[in-house]
Amino acid sequence: AASAPKPLPSSGPKSLREMPHPLATSSSEEMGPALTPSPDLLLPRSIADKDLSLPNGTPVDTSSPASSSSLLNRLQLDDDLDVETRDLFVTVDDPKKHVCTMETYITYRVTTKTTRAEFDLPEYSVRRRYQDFDWLRNKLEESQPTHLIPPLPEKFVVKGVVDRFSEEFVETRRKALDKFLKRITDHPVLNFQMQLLTFVIPSEDLNAYKKQGMALLSKMGESVKYVTGGYKLRSRPLEFAAIGDYLDTFSLKLGTIDRIAQRIIKEQLEYLVELREYGPVYSTWGGLEVELSEPLEGVSACIGNCCTALEELSEDMTEDFLPVLREYILYAESMKNVLKKRDQVQAEYEAKLEAVALKREDRPKVPTDVEKCQDRVECFNADLKADMERWQNNKRQDFRQLLMGMADKNIQYYEK
Amino acid sequence: MEDCLAKKMEITVSEAEKRTGRNAMNIQETYTAYLIETRAVESQSEGQCAPVESLWRRYSEFELLRNYLSVTYPHIVVPPLPEKRADFVWHKLSADNMDPDFVERRRIGLENFLLRVASHPVLCQDRIFYAFLMQEAGWKEMVNETGFQLKADSRLKALNATFRVKNPDKRFTELKHYSDELQSVISHLLRVRARVADRLYGVYKVHGNYGRVFSEWSAIEKEMGDGLQSAGHHMDVYAASIDDILEEEEHYADQLKEYLFYAEALRAVCRKHELMQYDLEMAAQDLTSKKQQCEELATGTVRTFSLKGMTSKLFGQETPEQREAKIKVLEEQIQEGEEQLKSKNLEGRDFVKSAWADIERFKEQKNHDLKEALISYAVMQISMCKKGIQVWTNAKECFSKM
Repeated sequence: AASAPKPLPSSGPKSLREMPHPLATSSSEEMGPALTPSPDLLLPRSIADKDLSLPNGTPVDTSSPASSSSLLNRLQLDDDLDVETRDLFVTVDDPKKHVCTMETYITYRVTTKTTRAEFDLPEYSVRRRYQDFDWLRNKLEESQPTHLIPPLPEKFVVKGVVDRFSEEFVETRRKALDKFLKRITDHPVLNFQMQLLTFVIPSEDLNAYKKQGMALLSKMGESVKYVTGGYKLRSRPLEFAAIGDYLDTFSLKLGTIDRIAQRIIKEQLEYLVELREYGPVYSTWGGLEVELSEPLEGVSACIGNCCTALEELSEDMTEDFLPVLREYILYAESMKNVLKKRDQVQAEYEAKLEAVALKREDRPKVPTDVEKCQDRVECFNADLKADMERWQNNKRQDFRQLLMGMADKNIQYYEK
Repeated sequence: MEDCLAKKMEITVSEAEKRTGRNAMNIQETYTAYLIETRAVESQSEGQCAPVESLWRRYSEFELLRNYLSVTYPHIVVPPLPEKRADFVWHKLSADNMDPDFVERRRIGLENFLLRVASHPVLCQDRIFYAFLMQEAGWKEMVNETGFQLKADSRLKALNATFRVKNPDKRFTELKHYSDELQSVISHLLRVRARVADRLYGVYKVHGNYGRVFSEWSAIEKEMGDGLQSAGHHMDVYAASIDDILEEEEHYADQLKEYLFYAEALRAVCRKHELMQYDLEMAAQDLTSKKQQCEELATGTVRTFSLKGMTSKLFGQETPEQREAKIKVLEEQIQEGEEQLKSKNLEGRDFVKSAWADIERFKEQKNHDLKEALISYAVMQISMCKKGIQVWTNAKECFSKM
C-alpha cells in the first residue's frame, strides 16, 4: 500500500535536527526568515505518491503512467535548463565542525534561491552533513532508477591516512557536494523530486523521513539481489553495448590519467626538494664575492620564487584536477550500474514476453511498463551523455587554464 | 693587450678523432686526438686569406703544456684545462670519456684554454706555447729541454702540506681562503644542479605519457577526439623539449666548471707564495744562527747551548787556528747567505708585485665572465618558460575546441 508522505510540517525556530548544534550563528540563519513552508506543497501528488511506493520490490518507473506527459515535460524543460530560465539555484558552502558526545562531524550550509511558486520563501538555508547527501542520493536512485544520478564524493576515508577534518579535505568535499547539487538542479527531472525539495528546506521531519527511507531500503534489498543475480539477455541493443564499452575504456583512461598526474606531482615535488637546496648555494656564493654578490643573490631569490610557484602548481593540481578525475570515474561507475539495471529490465521484459508466449496470458501491463522504462532509459542516456560531453569540455578548459596560469606564474618569477 | 697573440692569430680546435696506438709501455690504447688550426689574422685584412696551419695534439700534451706554464710562471693564475674525466654527471649524461658528447664538450674546453692563454699578456709570449701551436714534431723534447720539471717543487705536490710561516702575507692568506671557499661552493652548486637537471628531466618525460593516453582516449570519443589528439601531440613536444634545454644548460655548467678549476690555479699561486715566504724565513733564520755562531766563536762566549760547545768543554778546547778557520768559513757562508737573502727578498717582492697584478686581472676577468654566464643562464630559463607557455597555450586551445 502506498503510504502518503507526511506533509512538510511547519518547523519552529529550532527543528529537532538543529538542536544539538552548538552554533548560534547557524541557527540564527535558519531562524531568519519565518520557517513555515505551507503544508501543501503544490507538487504533483502522483509523483510524490509513487516515489515511496514499491510494489513487489521490482524497480518501477515511478512516473510510468505519466511517462508520456513527463516526456512532454522534459521537452519543455530542456529549454528551461538555460540558466536564465532556471528557477532553482543551490549552493553549498561554509563547512563547520560539530562536536557532540557521540561523534564529531562536519555540516555544510545549503543555500537555496528559488522563484517557484511551490515555495513559500524565495530563499532557504539549511545545514546538512554528508550522511544527508548520501540519503538524498539513495532516494533519488530509488525513485528514478532509470536516470543517471550524479555521484557523491567518496564516503569512506581510511582514517589513518586522510584527516577527515583537514582544511583541504573538507574543502574538496564541499566543492564536490556543491557540484552534486548543481548537477541535480540542472537535471530536468531530478530538479523536481520531492527528496530534493525536502533536502533543501529545513524540515523537522527529515529524520522521520529518513527512517521511512531506511525501511524502504530494506525492501530494496530484494531488488538488489536482482542486480547481482544472474540474468540472461537475448541481445543487448548495440547502442548500449557500445555505451558499456565506452564507459569501460573511459574509466580505464581516466584512471591512467589520474596515475600519470599523480606521478607528475610526485616528480615535481622531488624536483622541488632539489631546487630548495639549489637556491641557497647561490646565496652562499654571493657571500663570498664582492661584485658578483648582487647577481648571485638575485639568482637565489628567483629560484626561491620558482619553488613557491611550483608548490602552488602541485597544490592546485591535487586540489582541483585530481578530484574531478576521480569524480568522473565514479560517475562512470554509476552509469554502468544504470546500464546494468537497464539490462535487467530488458531481461525481465524478455522473460515476461516468453512467459506470455508460453502461457498465452494477456499481461500487457507489465511488459509495457518495462518497455516504457527502456525507452526512457534510452532517451535519458543519450541526453545525459551529451551533457557529460559538454561538462567535460568545460572541465578541461578549467584545468588547462589552471595549468597555463601556473606556467605563467613561473615565468613571472624568472627575472634577470 | 695589444701584443696578445690572440689578436694576431685565429686559433681553433676544430676536430676530434679517435686514434689507436702504442703507448710508452707498448700497450695498445685508444685515445682522442684534437686538431688545432691556426691562421694569421693580419694578412686577412689585406684581402688575402692566410693559409691555415694545423697539427694534432692529444690531451696529455695539453697537460704537459700547462704544467710547464705553471712551473715557469708561478706568479700567474694559469688557465685551467677542461676536466680529465666526466664529473658531476646526471643520469642521462654519460661518464664515458669516449662518449661523443663528452668529446665535443672537451674540444670546446680545449679551444677555450688555448684562447685564454693566447689572450694573456704574459703567457702568450712564451715560445713553448707558440711551438705548441705551430710545431708538431719535436715539441715534447723542446719542453723537456727547458728542464722545468726540475724547477717544479715537489713540496707543492702535497696539497695539504702546511708550511709554518711566521709572517704570512695577509692578502695571500685571505686569497687562499677565498679560493678554497670558491672551490667548495662551486662544486656544491654543480652537484645540486646535476640533481636538479635529473629531476626536471623526469617531470618533463612523464608528461609524454599524457600524450599516449590522450591519443588512446581520443579514439573512443566523438566530439572530443580531435582536441584530445592534438593536445596529446603537444604533450609529446613538451616532453621532447627537455633534451635541448638541458644540453644548453650543460654549457652553463661548463662555464662554472672552468672557474672551479681556476680557483685551484689561484690557490696554487698562493701556495707558491707561501713556499717562497717559508724559504725566505728559513734562509733568514739560518743566517741569523750562523751569525750568532760566528760571534760566539770570535768572542769565546757561549751564549747558546751547543753540543760542540759542550764537547769542547769536556774534551778540551780547540786551538786558535782551528777557531780561526771556522770563523773564516762561517764568514764566507754569512756573506753568501746575506746575498742570497737579498736576492730572495727581491724575488719575493717581484713575485708579490706581479702576482697581484695578475690576480687583479683575473678578478676582473672572473667577474665579467661569471656575470655573463649568470645572465645567459637566466636567459635560458626564461626561454624555457616561454616554451612551456607556448606548449600549454597550444594545448589549451586544443582543449577549448573539444
